Amino acid sequence: MKKYICTVCGYVHEGDSAPETCPVCKAPASEFRLEAEEKKPLLGGKNSNAYIITYSVVMVVLVAAVLAFAALKLQPIQNANVELETKGAVLASIGQGAGAAEAADKNAYINDEYNKYITDAFLVNEAGERVDGNAFEVLKNIKAEYDKPAAERLLPVFVSNVDGQVRYILPVYGKGLWGPIWGYVALNSDWRTISGVVFDHKGETPGLGAEIAGEKFQSQFEGKSIFSGDELVAIAVLKGAGSSAGNPNAVDAVSGGTITSRGVQQMLLDCLSGYKAYIEQQLAVAADAANPLNAECHE
Amino acid sequence: MNSKNMKYLFGPLNKNNPVIVQILGICSALAVTAQLKPAFVMAMSVTVVTAFSNLIMSALRKGIPDRIRIIVQLVVIAALVILVDQVLKAYVYDVSKQLSVYVGLIITNCIIMGRVEAFALGNKPWPSFLDGIGNGLGYGMILIVVAFFRELLGNGTLWGVSVIPASWYIQNGGFYANNGLMLLPPMALILVGLIIWIHRSRNKDLIEK
Repeated sequence: MKKYICTVCGYVHEGDSAPETCPVCKAPASEFRLEAEEKKPLLGGKNSNAYIITYSVVMVVLVAAVLAFAALKLQPIQNANVELETKGAVLASIGQGAGAAEAADKNAYINDEYNKYITDAFLVNEAGERVDGNAFEVLKNIKAEYDKPAAERLLPVFVSNVDGQVRYILPVYGKGLWGPIWGYVALNSDWRTISGVVFDHKGETPGLGAEIAGEKFQSQFEGKSIFSGDELVAIAVLKGAGSSAGNPNAVDAVSGGTITSRGVQQMLLDCLSGYKAYIEQQLAVAADAANPLNAECHE
Repeated sequence: MNSKNMKYLFGPLNKNNPVIVQILGICSALAVTAQLKPAFVMAMSVTVVTAFSNLIMSALRKGIPDRIRIIVQLVVIAALVILVDQVLKAYVYDVSKQLSVYVGLIITNCIIMGRVEAFALGNKPWPSFLDGIGNGLGYGMILIVVAFFRELLGNGTLWGVSVIPASWYIQNGGFYANNGLMLLPPMALILVGLIIWIHRSRNKDLIEK
């Protein structure tokens, strides 16, 4: 049975054809239109519960599949980026690896430089004893080490040799304003003066706190000393341009990035203190060797 | 391309700009405009996300149950943003580090949901796609203008390259100092305000009675 609707008054006629005139308003048959037969909608229509639940389940599964696929495909590239970045940062702290931007194959370049200049890498603990383990693997997950209590931490030390000049690179890790900050401090072979630093961060404000990763902030550290007399004081980060002038244990903070700058200061103090026992041991060895009386004994 | 589609694409660049006329997406305009490079990548990312979320939502618009409309929009937008974030991490790692959380926060950028609600759900996919691109570019344009002034006046650099001669600086015996205030977020708000002022004084019909 078809339904015909009068477009003038809305009267509904049921039958095989439209009536000659509308019984209500007397409109002719041409004014009637055929109403499409009602189809039974899928799962009871767009707004039924069954449809909504099916829709959401299918959508969630689809989206999850796409995202999982993308994550799996991109994961190796992302991991390689992180590893490359870590090696690049280690190199940057000793002033190497700057040619990476121009290198045809950045990946190979960084790896070559890394293997060339980093001659040794080992782990120490808070008591200053050397511990077995792969320093680079520990470094990649340095956060986990600093989450442990101080006595259980494994602290990586990298030894670099650039044209006969030996330097020690100590990774540091701490808190900025919005998230973690980390870096590498390269010490000269006297274990006291800094030859260079590199800092990086997860989410400090671009243009403000993020400037700790900039050349201007980092270059201040060169030649500063982490010792004041015989005490390990690390490096203070002082507010106000020029306030650190002449102070061998301090640098200027980043303007507008006070909390991040304080984070850097705290990070350097906390992390370098962890190496204190090892550094003092090394200093004692150096003092021994420098002492002419001992030197004679060894002969 | 017919004139209607041209309007969808270019309208948001001027008289229907999402930032300075519709006042949407101000939050991220403050956060990422201290330097040009992150602002540019942010602009591109938002353009991709608005364009494709508009396209997908418009293609799905007849099948979406009304009651879970917003949830579906969020899922689609969030999925796109995660994809963009993953791709940035894999191929432009440096910039993705600089943008960090702000890429994730594209999800909450009101331009995207605003365009999906206001346009994509009522229009065909192709015009919706153009509308998404137009709005993304309109947003990006303001970001880049603001970032240009903030980086230049706040840091003396453009795209990370120093453009102010070193001898001009006071510490080198010159007369010039960077304006640190430019780097702080409130300055972006003031710059956006200035842009709105100039824009409205040239387009009198936009001025509220």
